[in-house]
Amino acid sequence: MKIRVKVNGTLYEADVEPRTLLAYFLREELKLTGTHIGCDTTTCGACTVLLDGKAVKSCTVLAVQANGREVMTVEGLEKDGQLNPLQVAFWEEHALHCGYCTPGMLMASYALLQENPMPTEEEIRFGLSGNVCRCTGYMNIVKAVQSAARRLSGASGEAVGEVATSGTAAD
Amino acid sequence: MFPNAFKYEAPASVDEAVRLLAEYGYDGKVLAGGQSLLPMMKLRVAAPAVLIDINGIDALQGWREVDGKLRVGAMTRHAELEHAKELRDTYPLFFQTARWIADPLIRNRGTIGGSLAHADPGSDWGAAMIALRAEVEARGPQGSRLIPIDEFFVDTFATALNEDELAVAVHVPTPKGPAASRYMKLERRAGDFAIAALAVHVALGTDGRVSEAGIGICACGPIPLRAAKAEAALIGRPLTEEVIVEASRLVPEDAEPADDLRGSAEYKRDVLRVFAARALRDIAKELQGKVGIQ
Repeated sequence: MKIRVKVNGTLYEADVEPRTLLAYFLREELKLTGTHIGCDTTTCGACTVLLDGKAVKSCTVLAVQANGREVMTVEGLEKDGQLNPLQVAFWEEHALHCGYCTPGMLMASYALLQENPMPTEEEIRFGLSGNVCRCTGYMNIVKAVQSAARRLSGASGEAVGEVATSGTAAD
Repeated sequence: MFPNAFKYEAPASVDEAVRLLAEYGYDGKVLAGGQSLLPMMKLRVAAPAVLIDINGIDALQGWREVDGKLRVGAMTRHAELEHAKELRDTYPLFFQTARWIADPLIRNRGTIGGSLAHADPGSDWGAAMIALRAEVEARGPQGSRLIPIDEFFVDTFATALNEDELAVAVHVPTPKGPAASRYMKLERRAGDFAIAALAVHVALGTDGRVSEAGIGICACGPIPLRAAKAEAALIGRPLTEEVIVEASRLVPEDAEPADDLRGSAEYKRDVLRVFAARALRDIAKELQGKVGIQ
């Protein structure tokens, strides 16, 4: 079946089998391997992408269901060689260890901050409850999302100057 | 992992979907949010020959009030019901239940109609719709019919829907008088199916006595169940501590939990009793002083 999908702003046309899952389409057809496949059973959230702005588990959506829609993957966070403030915050707060869950954590966090720009710790934990991390114990992930939220809202102190140049995350 | 090969149909209208269901019969399977069906297909537990994707049918989305009922389209996503501020005052059980379903990512895809039609014994919506005495609107080649929720769940993963019928909406009566509700769920870990869960809806009459009582149970039997004995013990009585204790003790009597990895049957029964008492106490507190306002 022929599909047209916009991924990270670029329109792709492809001929896919209906049973192809979005995660595999992104990784194997488009070679966008930033989206990870973890549990493959709708549990871990490593494959999280945005589908028309909503965070979904791409291992549990058919590629044909993305026909005519927009997908954003972790590769879409960086703009013009500048990391998204969320990525900077994950780096600075050491919000990862092995890094396997990170693309999913970033996309779920991105969606969370779009809906709730200044979440409480509880709201962050609730919002990321579909994403599993087996290394960090979540402490630094929560800290990173809080830090990114402060940056994106311009509320932080010294950090703003250095990150402001990459501040296209609100788009 | 990937599913068996299947033919993919994406109807744009309910009529077209029903026509396809009639055409393919047993070979056809409706794809709603897909958050249970697609994992089952990947695990090859399910292998439908034809998938009828109803995500493109706009008429199945959203909700409206008609004739003293709230009609919620089958393809309304859990997340929409979780965040719908306009439903919170009159139909609070929707957001109270929705926020407990799986996790935020799954709630962005999963739908209320899909969840009900899937008929998992642990269906959170199943318990909530029992508490609210909902009806499922089914559309087939001969037209529409309303199926009371107590007749809808037939067995585990089996409903009263015919092969050529599509669940298009769920109807919930508007509560008469001051009402409150609670959804109580115990899970092993975030996003899991329930160890035991309970939905409670209570409305009071002008005399301050219980005029509507709905208690739905899930994950404690082959299908979501109604705590009919406890409901009967509440009707016509004030929500005093004595009545609450009596009614909550009756809740486990209508449950049929099994010993499994999530806990023993005895434990689950006690969870239901404790949940019922907590929910009813909260509801009593919330409704205190609200009688006679209308």
